[in-house]
Amino acid sequence: MAENAACCACSESLSEEETARQLEEILEEYRDKPGGLIPALQIAQSRFGYLSETVLKKISAAFNKPYSEVAGVVSFYSFFSTVPRGKYLVRACLGTACYVRGGKAVLSALKKELGIDVGQTTEDRLFSLDVGRCFGACGLAPVIMVNDDVHQRVKPSKVGELLKAYAAGEKGDAQ
Amino acid sequence: MYKLIINGKSIEAPDGATILETARRAGIRIPTLCFLEKREPIGACRVCLVEVAGARTLMAACSTPVTNGMDIKTNSPRVRAARRQVVELLLSEHDGNCQICDRNQDCELQALASELGIREIAYEGEKAKAKIDDSTPALVRDNSKCIKCRRCVTVCSQVQGVGALHPQGRGFDTVIGPAFTLNLDGVACVQCGQCAAVCPVGAISERSHVEAVWKALEDPKKTVIVQTAPAIRAALGECFGCEPGTRVTGKMTAALRQLGFNGVFDTNFTADLTIMEEGTELLTRLKKALVDGEKVPLPMFTSCSPGWINFAEYYYPEFLPNLSTCKSPQQMFGAVAKTYYAQKIGVKPEDMTVVSIMPCTAKKFECQREEMNDSGARDVDYVLTTRELGRMIKEAGIDFMSLEDEKMDAPLGLGSGAADIFANTGGVMEAALRTAYEIVTGRQLPMENLHVKPVAGLEGIKEASVVITGTVPAWSFLEGVEVKLAVAHGLANVRRLLESIKRGEKSYHFIEIMTCPGGCIGGGGQPRMTDDSVRLKRIGAIYSEDESKALRKSHENDAVQQLYKEFLGAPLGEKSHHLLHTHYKHKPAL
Repeated sequence: MAENAACCACSESLSEEETARQLEEILEEYRDKPGGLIPALQIAQSRFGYLSETVLKKISAAFNKPYSEVAGVVSFYSFFSTVPRGKYLVRACLGTACYVRGGKAVLSALKKELGIDVGQTTEDRLFSLDVGRCFGACGLAPVIMVNDDVHQRVKPSKVGELLKAYAAGEKGDAQ
Repeated sequence: MYKLIINGKSIEAPDGATILETARRAGIRIPTLCFLEKREPIGACRVCLVEVAGARTLMAACSTPVTNGMDIKTNSPRVRAARRQVVELLLSEHDGNCQICDRNQDCELQALASELGIREIAYEGEKAKAKIDDSTPALVRDNSKCIKCRRCVTVCSQVQGVGALHPQGRGFDTVIGPAFTLNLDGVACVQCGQCAAVCPVGAISERSHVEAVWKALEDPKKTVIVQTAPAIRAALGECFGCEPGTRVTGKMTAALRQLGFNGVFDTNFTADLTIMEEGTELLTRLKKALVDGEKVPLPMFTSCSPGWINFAEYYYPEFLPNLSTCKSPQQMFGAVAKTYYAQKIGVKPEDMTVVSIMPCTAKKFECQREEMNDSGARDVDYVLTTRELGRMIKEAGIDFMSLEDEKMDAPLGLGSGAADIFANTGGVMEAALRTAYEIVTGRQLPMENLHVKPVAGLEGIKEASVVITGTVPAWSFLEGVEVKLAVAHGLANVRRLLESIKRGEKSYHFIEIMTCPGGCIGGGGQPRMTDDSVRLKRIGAIYSEDESKALRKSHENDAVQQLYKEFLGAPLGEKSHHLLHTHYKHKPAL
């Protein structure tokens, strides 16, 4: 599951052939499993950083599902991204507990600090910003995740510092 | 059997029946919006809520199975209040410009609001943003009207096996449409219009040619002629309150004349012509295979249904050589009208406008295919659906029901009963057999009343075989041959049939394919709402139309024989090849 949950840790892009080879591997494993579509999408995103049109069309062909249906699944879950993302994916939880404990203010601080809106990526391709719907750490609310790291009881005023640590490479260099 | 009570009345129901089915069988009406017969209920719209004694909440009748001793109220104050609330919520985010909506007076949401006596909408909220998708020649989508009932999704994926439409996104922002934010032309939509046929509101409709046709009719330089597909005469009456299955051929002809068409003709004429060409093509392919030992593509598939052509071009390119090269009757009509008939009446093809009345939305796509201009001009200019014709007749102030029957014009208005049944699933096959059998044996098809019963009816895939005996000398190579036939309608059934052929489990000589369930009588352009009982009534009307005629075989149509004598030469001849036949191309599935 660790592999599934990891997001966009890769910043360098794979060659077309390498992408195709790795995708084939994933599809080989999941195409015949009932309910295999979502794990295949998760792993593909973790390998390639995002789900490109080419990748999605190959997945839809392999699973013998219409492209519109696969797109419906991808667009339903906020976890999936169809645009390239930054080295670090910052997700602010807006689940109920985080919401009532100031998750929205944390999100605003992140937006301001990064200068981007939800779903966008900074120009230096370092950070992408997304909203999460509960990471299962409600007792620690408000929570944000940066790639696989969970940060608890985040204060809007401390968000800048936290991001700087990642930018400086002091934290969470998953590679 | 379960015993239960609905509205105080004791009722029995079989195990597995839903509350909705049980109530309907007992003549108790429960309104629905998302429900589609024979499909898994999805309980999306919540309009069918009923009160079940002992249950904590109201239950959706469409998706709740009955149990023994259930005590159900379908019309209690609590139920009525809940239904009203559900519909008010739908209305609160619906672009309710009813007066100028395509579906005004023909809208299930509007009718439901009226039935529930809604006089104000208690909620005011955000409305979906309007995004008009008119990217295809056949269909127009308007998301601001969509109530997300998902009937179109069900029909597109389960009935047609296409899956062009699915819910995208989540929550309030959900859009029912093609992948992500694509338009219909960005996915492999076959433009059959079954989505438009089941949409309860004005979210998906045909692209209208009404204004263009009015303009052509007003243009003094244009000779405007019209052809009417056989399925129209069994359905147009429904636009004027007739029971499904009422034949209105004569009134329709009169109405078209009043609208100002310079010639009122019949697609039946070219349906007969199709049988001459396609029958000859089949017999030629069989001869090549059986006598010359040539490898020819068999089975041969019919090619009248443009949604099916799209489907094959997108999804089954390996079968394209098996499709008959015959154009559809609509396109044959255009090509013949703008050459043979135009010359007869001394009009240049560019000064002639050919309008078709079709039960179909894909015909709008077909007429603008780039290769469909063999007459030197666009062979067919405009296509109106049955619904659009109904609208024009009303707009013109014609009192349809009081019209006297009239007859169509010669020569392109003459058609056989075999052509009429092109409207029904199994009909093209039957029409082809009536002619081919007689050509090969010199005897009439030995079946009761000329009907090929095994290929008629609503079964999704139907099979038949005919053993040929007593051939005339020219066709003696067919002596004793068992010709295997299949008929499929509804593209999901077609997909099943094609897959079984690909796996080598089935083999046939000749296969009829129609895109829409029931055939053209159930087309995407027919009056709403078409369910199986309506399909069967229209099918019955078409068979009676056939049986009411003396002329019931395509090869006995004198006007068609005259066309060959004066103009075309022989079936599959050079002129036919140029005007009446076409080719197909593989379109990569998007």
